[in-house]
Amino acid sequence: MNIVVCIKQVPDTTEVKINPQTGTLIREGVPSIMNPDDKGGLEFALQLKDKFGAHVTVITMGLPQAEAILREALAMGVDRAILLTDRKLGGADTLATSSAIAGALRTMDFDLVITGRQAIDGDTAQVGPQIAEHLDLPQVSYMEDLQYNESTKTFTIRKQTEEGYQILEVQAPCVVTALASAVSPRYMRVNGIVTAYDKEVEVWGADRIQVPEERIGKAGSPTSVYKAFPKQLKPAGETHEVTPEEAVELIVNKLKEKHII
Amino acid sequence: MDFSFTKQDELFLQMIREFAEKEVKPLAAEVDEEERFPMETVKKMAKIGLMGIPVPTQYGGAGGTNIMYGMAVEELSRVCATTGVILSAHTSLCCAPILESGTEEQKQKYLPKLASGEWIGAFGLTEPNAGTDAAGQQTVAVLDGDHWVLNGSKIFITNGSYADVFIVIAMTDKSLGTKGISAFIVEKGFPGFSIGKKEKKMGIRGSATTELIFEDCIVPKENLLGQIGKGFGLAMKTLDGGRIGIAAQALGIAQGAMDETVKYTKERKQFGRSISQFQNTQFQMADLETKVQAARLLVRRAHYNKDHGIPYSAEAAMAKLFAAETAMEVTTKAVQFHGGYGYTREYPVERMMRDAKITEIYEGTSEVQRMVIAGKLFK
Amino acid sequence: MNLTDYKDVYVFAEQREGKIQNVALELLGKARELADANQEKVVAMLLGKHVRENAQELIAAGADEVLVVDHDLLAEYLTEPYTQAITQIIKERKPSIMLIGATTIGRDLGPRVSARNVTGLTADATKLEISDDEAHEFRMTRPAFGGNLMATILCKDHRPQMSTVRPGVMQKLPADPDRKGTVVDFKVDFDEKKISRVKIVKTVKEEKTVADISQAKVLVSGGRGVGSKEGFAKLETLAKELGGEVASSRAMVDAGVMEQSRQVGQTGKTVRPSLYLACGISGAIQHLAGMEESDLIIAINKDKFAPIFSVADLGIVGDLHKIVPLLTERLKSLQK
Repeated sequence: MNIVVCIKQVPDTTEVKINPQTGTLIREGVPSIMNPDDKGGLEFALQLKDKFGAHVTVITMGLPQAEAILREALAMGVDRAILLTDRKLGGADTLATSSAIAGALRTMDFDLVITGRQAIDGDTAQVGPQIAEHLDLPQVSYMEDLQYNESTKTFTIRKQTEEGYQILEVQAPCVVTALASAVSPRYMRVNGIVTAYDKEVEVWGADRIQVPEERIGKAGSPTSVYKAFPKQLKPAGETHEVTPEEAVELIVNKLKEKHII
Repeated sequence: MDFSFTKQDELFLQMIREFAEKEVKPLAAEVDEEERFPMETVKKMAKIGLMGIPVPTQYGGAGGTNIMYGMAVEELSRVCATTGVILSAHTSLCCAPILESGTEEQKQKYLPKLASGEWIGAFGLTEPNAGTDAAGQQTVAVLDGDHWVLNGSKIFITNGSYADVFIVIAMTDKSLGTKGISAFIVEKGFPGFSIGKKEKKMGIRGSATTELIFEDCIVPKENLLGQIGKGFGLAMKTLDGGRIGIAAQALGIAQGAMDETVKYTKERKQFGRSISQFQNTQFQMADLETKVQAARLLVRRAHYNKDHGIPYSAEAAMAKLFAAETAMEVTTKAVQFHGGYGYTREYPVERMMRDAKITEIYEGTSEVQRMVIAGKLFK
Repeated sequence: MNLTDYKDVYVFAEQREGKIQNVALELLGKARELADANQEKVVAMLLGKHVRENAQELIAAGADEVLVVDHDLLAEYLTEPYTQAITQIIKERKPSIMLIGATTIGRDLGPRVSARNVTGLTADATKLEISDDEAHEFRMTRPAFGGNLMATILCKDHRPQMSTVRPGVMQKLPADPDRKGTVVDFKVDFDEKKISRVKIVKTVKEEKTVADISQAKVLVSGGRGVGSKEGFAKLETLAKELGGEVASSRAMVDAGVMEQSRQVGQTGKTVRPSLYLACGISGAIQHLAGMEESDLIIAINKDKFAPIFSVADLGIVGDLHKIVPLLTERLKSLQK
């Protein structure tokens, strides 16, 4: 079985702070990490490797420094790592991103593609399903467990829903998007770390994926950012440092004023 | 001169920090309170390859460096000094002497199981009457046909009741003094070997510190480690390496106390502002930070020397001396900065202060380290 | 693509087991406003099996027209048949704007539809508007970077301009049962071979009493300062007195004290109750992102520098463990 896991390097948004004076983001010193849902997906792939001896490839599209998460994936135990990087791929929205990654996947042999459900810097949850569409493959999103049935070449997938879950049976090859909360990703192995830099990270440019230029990068992006701005929080109300009894009075009066009681 | 990490070191640090934070820290208070050996953590460490970091891959190890091993002990000790010393004793005091002095058969037999964490290692040198004066060994080993017969006891043995393999130092010829001392590999199940009482300690309370008792203990002849009469040198060399591990542990404890104190002094407000804004806090903390950084450089250099085959005996002694005293100073002041809260078990600095003290004592007291350093200075 | 061919605001009327989801009604409310700004129609797309009877509910909520696609293949949601149906609607009807609820269904369907029709999709918009300049641009604003940054997105040259919106973000119009609209049966030619690649083995509803905090009028929400299940019991008594529900910050969910379905914030639910009473919540940006639209925010926290106070209408610096029981008693005595 061949599995390709699509991963993304993201800023650790939980570490982002706001400058209280200017209200702007402080991006300096924010560590870059492997996107959590992608890491969950990678763990599912490695479990299939443990069980069925699957060959696991990771691919990321990004800046050259995204190599770091590929090395991390190698240290976790993947067999092959690909960095898709090219200026022509820059400025891509989700559709152009998915076109480029699908282009790379088209040149590969696989039974299963795993992506994270969504990336913490964008939270769109779009790239996985869009890759599936470009490749004309079935998709299952919000995957929280999967089993491979060797005899039927199908996957039995547990998909999270608002009310509970759904069990789906899907023909290989297919695309699934994984939930970080469904699994504990393994730590990098010490020996994996020691040898991570002896292994090759394949660097692919846009010429390698044979996707028309009007489908990738900025040109291939139907959406554009009109403006970005720090979140405007509404002005703060009054804050009182009072005894519990006085606090209750203040709250009750406020509730009466706003007709809550 | 290059003080930068290799890319592998950076990756390793990322991993071990996450591991310490997620798997070790949440258990630290409980392990201390209940004096419980964190076996579940050891199993997790084994899975990742932490139990055999500097052991070559041909013996089932991770093939890493001693720098990495030192980083592991530091980062584990930063959140839980008990976990740090379990790894340190296992690696420095059991894996290392087998790797450095063992026969090929011994390495093949013991290292894969130790490096994979299937077996835990320990080291027995100290006796009731042979502490700093390690040459006063009273445990004796007598050759009887195809085996050695050991009699005597060891005390204060880290990992004692949980270890599967012990490096044991014993007298094979009393008349020769230190030249009559030899080393043995003893397995937990050997006849005549038993574990004695468990110590109740001030700190590192989760590590199992016990007596080892040898009553006509039968040790196969081939389990002699190194040559007959070379045991004292082997023990001293083992302790040279072990000291860097303990230095890393002390460094980790100091760093952990720094982390807690920085956080606390920023949050805690007195007289209308954070106590971190007072110059007294700032100046004291600046001094402590400088010492912690200096200790780290000493620890790293000692491990660097070990990795590169450069003598490190004095460097190890300096690293341990300085890191241990820094750990004691930092944790004592950390408790002071925390005020009344620091004296309670609600905050981890209380535990850290208790944990720090042992680093000035075991694997050579600070006085022994000064002897080693002075010995080199005035040779 | 001739952009002027595309018009009207289409809403995916998500239904589950024949029940129209709240988010669809909320989107119809917003669609009404957008359509009115361009003098266009609001069209609801109602896909399912035996769902025609729900059409009037959609009209009452603001739809001018309901396209009903009734088919066995649509009985339970699956990506492929739903994508095929929506794609045929797009091909034949040329919508200008399409809104989809950001549920597990909508977030599965939206990107698949956008890729098949080569158009843009904005995820989880919190603000949708038609610019009041000559351009009459459709502007979609959404949080990015973990809620730290807002971005306004345009989809200039592709149609439909698609957006998903999380439940609870938009407000539905009061249902008007007398509203008139047309109901049209829309026939879809399905490619069943593609559909057969995925089969539903079973759908399981878990027997957990999931309180929908996004629909509650009053939320008493607790954070780290509440500390424990016992602490939350105090909040529950207060919530009951106020006729509301208990919610939680992420810290308490991670700590296993509260269930995930009650989590407010970036990775939890977006809520906008009439009253949000935040107890012992420091107010990380991710939390604020999920509750700052509440009508009235009252915060109780020991730390007067807690960020939660920056969004609170009324802030109390004090011990919630003392204030909450006192407040509960006081409200009880007022009831009498």
